[in-house]
Amino acid sequence: MLSKIDNELAFVQSALDLRARRQEILAANIANADTPNYKARDLDFAAALKGAMGSANGPLKLSQTSSRHLSSMDLAGGMAATLKYRSVVQPSIDGNTVDPDVERAHFADNALHYQFLLDRAGGAFKTMSMALAPNQ
Amino acid sequence: MSLTNVFQIAASALSAQSMRLNAVASNLANADSAHASTGEGYKAKQVVFQAVAVNKSAPWAPGVRMKEVVEDTSPARLVYDPKHPLANGQGYVAYPNVDPVEEMVNMISASRSYQTNVEVMSTAKSLLQRTLAIAQS
Repeated sequence: MLSKIDNELAFVQSALDLRARRQEILAANIANADTPNYKARDLDFAAALKGAMGSANGPLKLSQTSSRHLSSMDLAGGMAATLKYRSVVQPSIDGNTVDPDVERAHFADNALHYQFLLDRAGGAFKTMSMALAPNQ
Repeated sequence: MSLTNVFQIAASALSAQSMRLNAVASNLANADSAHASTGEGYKAKQVVFQAVAVNKSAPWAPGVRMKEVVEDTSPARLVYDPKHPLANGQGYVAYPNVDPVEEMVNMISASRSYQTNVEVMSTAKSLLQRTLAIAQS
């Protein structure tokens, strides 16, 4: 029973997690808008989500035969595979590739997606409690 | 929790940008501090930023910090004013190599970056508050 509830929320949960991480990366880009030689980065969201959901198209996994082996699917490793450098629209003389307007647009867009997913999570809980309510 | 990292990243940018504003203020305040053309006077200062990880477990999202303050090495501005007490033999007084136009541009850029990071912080705050309110009501 509990694992079914877990499955119900698995997608929303991993999508929310990735959205939060992308928000973090975009915040770092905005923070480093004036840092010489900083290269703007972003998450390949579709690939990262596929990887997080463990679909067949996700990144290859290393088999672990001992508990002390490093996991290939820990977030840091998974992140590195889906983190890409943003291509430059207007190169600047100090080697910085952050375009503040692009980053702000992505930041706002990502925040909206995050709120949508929060809404979905809330909706899932609402549906479940509706099913559990005895006389409604 | 990655959204709390956003606070640290934005905070590091706020402090870096305010240091940049400090440098601009200092340069503008000293723009007219005359000195003898032979002596060491005020030199325009610029801050240099550097990306630095705010959280060791999240190296992909670095914050920013001030790496160093560099002094402008261009020569002092010489103004012909023989009546000035600091004038040299030819009647020239040296003024700092501060370019007010450059400083104003720097100030506007720093202030815009500061505002953007404040907005980043408030977005992260409202997202976190909504996350805490998940499945309530």
